[in-house]
This record gives sequence, C-alpha cells and structure tokens, in this order.
Amino acid sequence: MQKSLHIDPGKCTGCLQCEMACSYEHTGTFNPSRSYIKVFTFHHEGRFAPYTCTQCDEAWCMRACPVDAISVDMATGAKVVSDDKCVGCKVCTIACPFGTINYSQATGKVVKCDLCGGDPQCAAACPTSAITYVDADWTGYDRMMASAAKSLPSAEATA
Amino acid sequence: MSWTRNVLRVDLSKGSCTSEPLNMEWAKLYLGQRGLASKYLSEEVDPKCDPLGPENKFIMTTGPLTGTMASTSGRYSCVTKGPLTGAIACSNSGGYFGAELKNAGWDMIIFEGKSDKPVYLLLQDDKAELRDATHLWGKTAWETDDIIHATHQEPQMRIATIGRTAENGCLYAAVINDKHRAAGRSGVGTVMASKNLKAVAVRGTQGIGNVEDANAFMQATNDGKAVLAENAVTGQGLPAFGTQVLMNVINGIGGLPARNMRDVGFEGAEHISAEAMAEPRASDGKPNLTTNAACFGCTIACGRISTVDPTHFSVKDKPQYQGASGGLEYEAAWALGADTGVDDLDALTYVNFLCNEDGMDPITYGATVAAAMEMFEDGNITTEHTGGIELTFGNAEAFVAITEQFCQGGTFAEDLGLGSKRLTEKYGRPELSMTVKGQEFPAYDPRGIQGIGLNYATSNRGACHLRGYTIASEVLGIPVKTELNDTDGKPELVKAFQDATALVDSSGLCIFTTFAWGMDNIAPQIDAACEGDWSVENCLEVGERVWNMERLFNEAAGFTADDDKLPKRLLEEAIKDGPTKGQVNRLGEMLPKYYEVRGWTADGKIPEETRKRLSL
Amino acid sequence: MQHLIIGAGPAGVVAAETLRKADPDADIAIIGDEPEPPYSRMAIPYYLIDNIDESGTYLRDPKQHFASLDIEVVQQRVDKIDTTGKTVALADGSSRSYDKLLLATGSHPVSPPIPGLDLPQVHSCWTLADARNIIKLAQSGSNVVLIGAGFIGCIILEALVRRGVNLAVIEMGNRMVPRMLDEKAGGLLETWCKNKGIDVHTSCSVDGISDAGDGQVEVSLSDGGKLNAALVITATGVRANTDLVEGSDIKVDQGILVDRRMQTSNADVYAAGDVAQGVDFSTGNFEVQAIQPTATDHGRIAALNMAGQGDEHHGTLNMNVLDTVGLVSCSFGLWMGVDGGDSAELYNPDEFQYISLQFDGNTLVGASSVGKTQHVGVLRGLIESKIDLSDWKDRLMADPTAIMEAYVGSTQELGYS
Repeated sequence: MQKSLHIDPGKCTGCLQCEMACSYEHTGTFNPSRSYIKVFTFHHEGRFAPYTCTQCDEAWCMRACPVDAISVDMATGAKVVSDDKCVGCKVCTIACPFGTINYSQATGKVVKCDLCGGDPQCAAACPTSAITYVDADWTGYDRMMASAAKSLPSAEATA
Repeated sequence: MSWTRNVLRVDLSKGSCTSEPLNMEWAKLYLGQRGLASKYLSEEVDPKCDPLGPENKFIMTTGPLTGTMASTSGRYSCVTKGPLTGAIACSNSGGYFGAELKNAGWDMIIFEGKSDKPVYLLLQDDKAELRDATHLWGKTAWETDDIIHATHQEPQMRIATIGRTAENGCLYAAVINDKHRAAGRSGVGTVMASKNLKAVAVRGTQGIGNVEDANAFMQATNDGKAVLAENAVTGQGLPAFGTQVLMNVINGIGGLPARNMRDVGFEGAEHISAEAMAEPRASDGKPNLTTNAACFGCTIACGRISTVDPTHFSVKDKPQYQGASGGLEYEAAWALGADTGVDDLDALTYVNFLCNEDGMDPITYGATVAAAMEMFEDGNITTEHTGGIELTFGNAEAFVAITEQFCQGGTFAEDLGLGSKRLTEKYGRPELSMTVKGQEFPAYDPRGIQGIGLNYATSNRGACHLRGYTIASEVLGIPVKTELNDTDGKPELVKAFQDATALVDSSGLCIFTTFAWGMDNIAPQIDAACEGDWSVENCLEVGERVWNMERLFNEAAGFTADDDKLPKRLLEEAIKDGPTKGQVNRLGEMLPKYYEVRGWTADGKIPEETRKRLSL
Repeated sequence: MQHLIIGAGPAGVVAAETLRKADPDADIAIIGDEPEPPYSRMAIPYYLIDNIDESGTYLRDPKQHFASLDIEVVQQRVDKIDTTGKTVALADGSSRSYDKLLLATGSHPVSPPIPGLDLPQVHSCWTLADARNIIKLAQSGSNVVLIGAGFIGCIILEALVRRGVNLAVIEMGNRMVPRMLDEKAGGLLETWCKNKGIDVHTSCSVDGISDAGDGQVEVSLSDGGKLNAALVITATGVRANTDLVEGSDIKVDQGILVDRRMQTSNADVYAAGDVAQGVDFSTGNFEVQAIQPTATDHGRIAALNMAGQGDEHHGTLNMNVLDTVGLVSCSFGLWMGVDGGDSAELYNPDEFQYISLQFDGNTLVGASSVGKTQHVGVLRGLIESKIDLSDWKDRLMADPTAIMEAYVGSTQELGYS
C-alpha cells in the first residue's frame, strides 16, 4: 500500500527538527530556509502547523510544467522535480493552489517534497509524532484533498 | 567544525559593520557562546568601565551546536558588563533568534561604541547594515517586532529587541527575541539601550553544513534525543508541566520563599502552579495553558503558551492581550507571585506578558516590587511615591497597576527600575534587598536548601539558579540525591554544577538537557561537531576555565570575597514554620571549602598555579 | 473514435494525454506546423541564456513519449477545416477525418503599426526560429531595442541582459507589464531594470524604424529620441490564431468562442489554449487569457468533454508569474480590485517588495506581489476555493504577508492534544 505523510498539528511544538532534517537530506546542511516542509506559527492561537505537499492526485504543478520536469515516483507516489529538466520558469509555483512548490534562489530551480524516496526524514526527526508516514488510508488526506479539490472549481472537471 | 568562523563587528559610533575571522585559538579553549564571548569581552573591555558607557561592549553569540540538529540547539547569549551588578553578565535565551543568527553565517556579533541616534541592525546573511530606528524608539518589544517584520515583509526574519523599560533606564532590562523569549538577567537589554541599539533583525539562509564528522554527529545527537525522550523529567514532566512543575514541589519541601523572602512557604502556591495552569476556568472553559512549545531544535518543549482569562480585570478591555503568548515559567511565577504574595494566576500571566512586551527580567522585577511592598507595609514608601497605588503584599490590582505604570515610565517607574539593591538603599532599608552582587534571587530559599545558597553567593553574575542548579541534586536527586540541609559535599557539588553549566552554556545547548544528560552525553555531540579534543575531561576543564575567567573579570572590576555573601535575612532570620522550620543558610561552613576545591586562596583569589593549570 | 488535435503546444499535448487516459482505444493525432517536436514557449528565455539547449524546450521527450501513448504527431500545416464533412485538409494535399476535433492553434504576435518592421533587424520573440535569430543578432556589446514591456517582453529581458547587450525597452503604457501589475508594482520593476542598466522608456512609443547602414537601424521614439540598434525585438502582444475557422460555422470573437465544456458553436469541435475564448473564473466573462496554466487546464477539460466524461468548467484564473532580471512578480485574478472591496497592501520600494490583496467581502478575489517567491501558489488556492477569510481578514489587512498562515489556518484542523 502506498504511504503518505500524516500531519497532526495539535502535537507540533514548533521545534523545527523536521525542517532541519529535510534540509539536511536535500542539501547536506541544517538550513530551515531550504526545507520543503514548513512549520507555520499561529502566535495568537498558540498553535503550530507543519505543512508540505500532499502529493495530490491533481498534480497541478506537474500539469502546469511546460517542460515535463515533474514526474511521479512510481514507488512512493511523490511528484518529483527533475533538476536536469526544470528551467526555473516558476509556472508551477503559481499553479499549485497549496503553495507547496517553491522557487529556490539557491538552485535556480523549483523544489518540493519528494518523500525522501520513501523514508521521509521529517517524520523520522519529529519528536512528538506530529508528522508520521503511514498507510495512505489512515491519513485523512483523501478527505482533505477531496475538500480542497471540491473547493477548486477547475478540478471539478475530473469528478 | 561547526563554528562559522565569522565574527561581525559593529561599531555603533562610526556606523560600520565589518567581518573578521573567529579567533580559533580561543575557540579551542573556550568553545563558544558564553565562554568564548566572555573571553572576547575580557580581552577587549576594561572591567572597570561604566557598563552603560560607550567603552562597554555588547556581544550576541551562538555556540558551535547552535542551529544544528542536536536537541535544544536554539540557544544564544548576550554577553557584556552588566549594569545591575557591575559584574560580567551573560544572559542566555532560546526561541529562534540564535539559530537564525548562526544560519546567517555568524558565530557572534560584537557591538561597540554608541550610536548618536537610535538604530537597529539588519542582518541578512552576509549583508549587514545599521538602519534608523528613530521611529521604533518608544515602542514596545512586540510593536518593534511587528514593525520590523512589516518593513521587510519577511515572516521568517527573527528579531531580538528591547522594550520601553530599557530605554527608560531600568537596570534589569532584558533582550526579548521572538516576542516571548528573553535573555533576561543582569540588564543586558539596558546595555543595548545605552548604545542606542533598539533591535537586531536577522534572516539567515546559509545553513550549517560543516560539522566535523556528520555520521558521528547524527548518531550522537540521535542518542542524546533518545535519552531526553526516555527521561521522566525531560520526556514527561517538562513538556507537560514546564518548569512550573516545581511550584508545589518546592513549596512542599519548605524551599519556596514568599513576600520578599520574609517568609518561607506560600499558601497561594497551588493557585499559581502548573496544575492550576491546566485547570479549565469558569469563564470560557479553557485552561490558562494553551500548549507547550519548543525553542528551535528542542525535543523537550518545556515552554508555556498561555492566555489570560478574557473576563479578568487585567485584560477585560484589552483584546490585544487576550491572545496566546509566553506563559509563566517557574521563576517568573515565583517572583511575580509568591514573592509579592499575589496568587492570582491571571494577574501574574498578564504581568508576565508585560515583562515580555516591555522587556524586563521578571525575577528582578518581581523581587524589586516585593522589596517595595515590604517597605510600603513598613511605611518607608507611601502612596505619594507610588502615585496612589496601595502597594501591599498580595494586592493583585495594585501589582497590575504598578506594572502598567512601570512599562509606560510613570510615577514610580524610575525607582522600580533601580532594582532592589539601589531601591532599598534609597529608602534607607538596604537589609531588605534580597540580592547577591546586586542581583535578585530566584525561587529557591537558601535557608531551606543549603547548596543553592553557596551557588548564589559565588555566582559570577550575581544571584542566579542558572549558574549551578544544585536543586537537581538537592531536590530531584539528579544525578545523586544530596540532603537539603547538609553542607557537607555541597562545595564540591556547587563547583561541579557551575563548571558543567559553563560548558553547556558555551555549546549552544540548553541547560535543561542536564536533567537527563551527563557530560558523557554532551561531549560526544560537541566532539563530533567540532574539530579538536572534546572529551568529557576536556569539556569539564573548559567549563572550569570559563568560570575562572569570569571570576578574573569580576576581580579586575573590583569584586572581592566580600561580595560572595548572602543577605543577613538568609543567614540570621530562621524559617518560621513548615518542614524547614528553624533553618538558616550556613554559608560560612561551605565557602572556605568551596574556595579550596576551586584552588583559590582563602580570600577567594585565583592564584598563579590555578591560572596556569587552566591556561588563563 | 477519431480525435484530432490541431496545435502541438501545451493545450494540444495535455489534451492528447488526457484523451488517451480517458479513452484508451481511441485514435489520437496531433497536427502541428512547426518543424520541431512539441515545445514550450515558456522555456525560450532559458534557451536564450544557454541554460538549456533546444531539446530542453520540448514539452515531452519526443523520442518515446508520444509513441508510448500511441499518439500520432503529424508535422503539417492545416489548410482548411470542413466541419460538415468532418475532415481537415493538410498542406501536403492529404486530408484527415475526425469524430471530435480540438483547435489548439495558439496565438501569434501582433505587429504594431510601425513603419520599418520588415527590416531584417526586426524580430518578434515567439517561436524557436525567432529565438535562433535573436541569438544571432544579440551579440555582447550590441544595441538592442525591445518594443513592449509586457509579459513576453519581460521574460526575455534577462536573457538579453545576460547576453551582454545594451538594452533599451519602449513601453506604451505608463508602467511595465501594465496588464499584469499595478502602478506601484510596475514602477518597482522599472526602477529595478534601470538599476540593472536597462534604458526603460514608459509612456513612449515607436514612430518608425529605418535603415541606418552598417547593419544598424535607427528607432525613432514618440518623445523625439532616436536609438541605434543592431536588433529590434517586438513584443507587443498576441492574437488568437483563428484563421482556420474563418467562414465556417464556428463563432469567433477575440478568440474562438467556447462554452464551459470548451465546446465551440459546432458540437464536434472544441477549442483550448491561447486560441480559445473561455470562461474566466473571476469575472464569469469569456476572455482570451493566453497563459500557460490556462492552456493546460483548457486542454484537459476539453479532452474530458470530447471523451464524454467532462463536466462544466468553472473558469480559469488569470495568473502570471514573471522573473524580470531576477525580480520575481506575480498576479492573480482581480488584482486591480473590485468596487466596494477592501484591499490590503504592503509597499516597500527600498527592498523592491510589494504585496497587494484584493477582497470582495471576506473572500480573496485577486492578489499581486513583487519580490516574493515562497508559497505564492496559495494565493491561487485562496482565490479559487473562495475560502471564507472572516477569521483572518483583519490580520491580513494589517499584515498581508500572512497569506500562508491564513490559508493553513483556514484549511487545517489546528487541534490540540
């Protein structure tokens, strides 16, 4: 069964170990500014919410890419950017309604979560199990994605 | 190597920012952060200088582990000569600022001179510039944080700033970062204000990629995290209850001072405890505690995020204080609560918000108000001084009112900003100042707990639990239980805690890890990250070296053995009741032995041979 | 079932792929008239700076992609469509019949009415062939005049600067990219470009171009100025390629008129991409957007409807992202705002930063930004999903940079355990 990241914001303490782990995996440095997962802080509410690509079926980024630089990793279902093909045109960054594919000044390419090839380091580093990597059925992501898709009119054509 | 090897030197008089290489010879002797910055300060600043004069320097510094995946790697320190004490000051803070500074590529920023107008430092990776802060002067720390964020449109920018109290001359003003983390003690924020430096805003995107042995580092830090997770204090107690877990514990053993340390034992303790913070309140069914929160990299997450009851008198008509923000930690709850006799949790949480918003050390602030309250009750201070406020022990309304007045620079603000030593001297009651070297005690009574008294008396920055937290041993049995009222073995215990703490404070890690970690957990993490020998033995020696260097700074500043003392109240006024009834602190039994185990002379001087042994 | 697609750009290619998924047994063919395999104009600027070679502009790997999907790619010009006989006549004299036809013929650059445009030094920048000409003439140190600082003009600016030319830009509007950014944002781009050494003339047009000898031309400006140039590039907008349907029963306005299923006035003919005048999400009007994301959305929706599986389309959001010599800007939907709606704005010209949010009641209907690259897509999410931002609007009015927090806070359960 395919697995996906499950995020429970209620358990997040804002420690950013996930951001460090992600950046370490992808750049070899501890560098939250280059993490593909981002913890958002809700100061007024006293809440934290880790957030990254849900690898949605719609794959808005992949469809919008003019040069076929984004493809599906058949093993994990992740939508993966090929650095060789990405020209850095940024069309995907406005096409993704979740804001989870972003342009990196450092590389001149776009970057996004690739599930670390099936062993997501953010989940491994999370001390409170706010981020886990579980069977897709458990995640509630289907529900979230369905509701997101429903609220996005241009997605309805696939319904 | 994990140091960035870059020091940013900011000459505020000239308005220049220059980069220079880190002195690696010193780094090998003093590691980083507290130790290394104190070395820089010792070398560059005349210990006799006016702490608020342009000749003093103000250093913001990270450690080699700051910003790495080691647990609790979010620490930075502010090092300077402190205005409250005249001694070397080093205040440590968490949050996200320190890691951001490291990510921007800097081990330390040395501020020198004095700007002729208010400025803030804008630091974006290797781009450093001083910006005009005239529009920020007079703003609170929270307002300043919001304005700078809005100006630069960078939500990820991290900001350390002073509030209004520092500008108003309060001698114990803190540096507030990330809105509710504080480099709190000894008036480091006041030094910033004296230099017309309002804030430091940092965005770092360079990353830390130069750990010495990456595989060994990931192994050592993972091992360390597992130890923290499995430990009852760091794995369960601190995340669930925060440091406030101690309120009922310390009160129960007869170690909780109350009402300017006139009493020991506080009848209202349970109303302001961790347990009370978790209790749903009548008005909105929510508890005071919203969530626990971590500083950068921390897998413990002891931080408190709280709300004040929206119907409480303190915030009723102030929606801006009805959201969640930094809640009460144990020391603040004690100083603002037990020491003032106020047991109104919401009032204390609100005052704590104000301490964060306007940047004052809640320990010294609470204890100074407590001294004022005692003098008010004794008639030395009257409503004429306070602007009509009935400043009696236990009066929550008065406490809230005087705090608001203080933050705004009102009638009694100048007096309260002096700290209890100068305040009690001014009103003719110096014996009522509960301080060592001019700095107020934290929340453990040295009459009930002997070792902590010796630690307070000898602490290089004035009374402070964070210079040698013997409570771990004396109360919690970590690493071994020692008896509260014993003095035997306490000098050795104090020295061991002081030296180990100095090392941890020099690494970038948080001292709270040492509830679970020993040096054999810490040294391998440093050793894997840094070039050079970072064995347990060497780490302990570095800690001892740092302690002795600080002492030498103070000695040159004019401090002597005569300053290693506790107020008379703690030595002579026995505890009136409770489990520790009849006890006083027996400092005299411990101090000579302490000097001996430190290799100092009988009058507390560091002799040549000890200096030599420690390469000082 | 015979599906025929005219046009090998993004709309046509996505349509073919979608059709293959939706109708595994159908015959699918794409007819394109350019000599190269299907490629993307979006990639041309990167080709101009030698970041990629020509094959880097290809929409798909031409060697195996289309064959593996059993999609026939025909390189031919289409001469005529017979909607009655349901056939298409090709330039080589052959013809193809169809059951369903998709017109994805794209657009072409419009030439401004300027004398001298036929000089050999004057080129548009639209096709790979144009790009090759530009590379040839835009040599380091030579003078280049770009007419039009619209979207296309701006994306090739960097390519020209990096090639080391002395560049002048002439824009008729009072600011750069007037159809995508407001005056503040457009002004930031202008200052930015000037700081990079580009000679920007706004509220200025070209009166004429004449041969100046030595391979040079002289460009006369409406403000009286004259510029010498080795190369003049025109980038003054595009128009839908509707020639093929002229005289047929397929109705045309600015582009080919389609309904919410991308169906034209002829039930068996669909249109998609730059040529199609489809429904706009924000206004509900039918407009030609001529942008990449709309082309692929059109292609997909048209294909699903051609295969009988589609639904009514709620409209594509007009949006653009632009990298102008390193300064990234973007705009979405009704970025100019709506009557009676609130707007939130942060403008920081010193840092070349700008963000503007446009609300209609408590929903976001438009946005634009300069200098922001992280999480910009969420602006689309907020607009298209019409999220009720009543809990967030006050905060966004005070701090419009908190858009991601607003989105995450509005869509995620921020539970507490």
